[in-house]
Amino acid sequence: MIENPRAEAALRQLKFRDPEIARRLVRTIERVTHEIGRSPVSVMHVCGSHEQAISKFGLRATFPKDLNVIMGPGCPVCITDMPEVDEGVALARQGCVVASYGDMLRVRGTALSLNDAQAEGASVEVVYSATQAVELARAMPDREVVFFATGFETTAVATAAIVRGNLPKNFSILSAHKYIPPAMEIVAEMPETRVEGFLAAGHAATITGWGIFEPFVERHRIPVVVAGFEPLDILAGLARLVELVRDGEPAVVNMFPRCVTREGNLRAQEELWSVFRPIGGRWRGIAHVPNGNLRLRDEWAHVDARRRFTIDLAALWDGVPPALAADCVCGDIMSGISAPTDCKLFGKECVPDAPVGACMVSSEGACRIWHQYGGHPNLEAL
Amino acid sequence: MCLGVPGRVVSVREGFAEVDFWGVRREVCLDIVDEPVAPGDYILNHVGFAIRRIPAEDIEQTLALYETLLEEAADGGDLMAADVRSEISATGKK
Repeated sequence: MIENPRAEAALRQLKFRDPEIARRLVRTIERVTHEIGRSPVSVMHVCGSHEQAISKFGLRATFPKDLNVIMGPGCPVCITDMPEVDEGVALARQGCVVASYGDMLRVRGTALSLNDAQAEGASVEVVYSATQAVELARAMPDREVVFFATGFETTAVATAAIVRGNLPKNFSILSAHKYIPPAMEIVAEMPETRVEGFLAAGHAATITGWGIFEPFVERHRIPVVVAGFEPLDILAGLARLVELVRDGEPAVVNMFPRCVTREGNLRAQEELWSVFRPIGGRWRGIAHVPNGNLRLRDEWAHVDARRRFTIDLAALWDGVPPALAADCVCGDIMSGISAPTDCKLFGKECVPDAPVGACMVSSEGACRIWHQYGGHPNLEAL
Repeated sequence: MCLGVPGRVVSVREGFAEVDFWGVRREVCLDIVDEPVAPGDYILNHVGFAIRRIPAEDIEQTLALYETLLEEAADGGDLMAADVRSEISATGKK
């Protein structure tokens, strides 16, 4: 029998591919969390798509109240640092055509976003892929086209693949790519979060392989479970994770074998590391992350926008950030210290149509996701 | 930017595959896929690149989530469904 009537109510309302399996997994999570005997037990995932699925399918309503499932720095748009956005804005104002993934346009740098630059008359184009940015450059041979390359290792491998292909002379890359494993180290060490286990993102691990988490587990003695995106995948991943926490067993467990292997996609890794090198840098609102940023290697200097152009950022730093930004707690939310609903701007001054912080802009930001679906749905009240 | 989308390979030519995503046929780059692909295989597409050939026995489970999402996609307001649609848009036009 399920001890938690809230979970039982939620299970009746939520749609699962196999409700009986869902019910069993929810019971396991409930029982094992209870056996841990501490409250709260906090585990973290680091993926916007995980948060979307958890919130969309109302999974938090099925978790025991002692289990805290928090979203860490898993939104690539959100953690792109302000000076990186400034570089894109400056290049657009200097006459380059800046091609960017769409979610990035509304995120402010120090004072301006790419959208603001576009409104002033600068050329900013939305692309869905790096390949489309290259096509754009081919279609405008008399313009300099800069691809503002953002995202984690999953999108960085796509950028790497185009860098190694044939590129037109008027094309270059402004890399703001980020690499997740070092950021997990930082968050694991933050005393405020007390994360006892990580749920790793399945599709990023498709590239890196689950073996990449072994040194992390060794160093921090915290278990990592790789999970997919189906509601049942997430419940199964969490059930295994709380078992590892209960047993004090720091290990990596792969609960998404249909997409993830131990060594990952070696060909993609080879492309990634032949094009990029890791360097330290700030993640917006979080911290300086050693080896957390991906920059083009010297041999690709000819396609590196930072080396091709003199980027004038000083002009942007005269701009004043909006006053509300001072109250935004995106950084604490991405570090897992605060929930979106802890922010006094959430749903009031800060909404998807008029976002204050990056977490409300991106479809992978915790605030945007909670605003659409609710983070802690109360299904009994429906 | 984190959720890949599965599709069925229709044909393969020089570095690209024509892939069927629930009736929409698009071109996906094969530069970084982990295994050779052939017509009938399923791949996981991420921003226009195949990042994984999905083992045949796992396809049904993999497709289920997306089918749920796309059934709801009609209203256009859902974040996950929108991400799936933009992943499909990230591929090349046929």
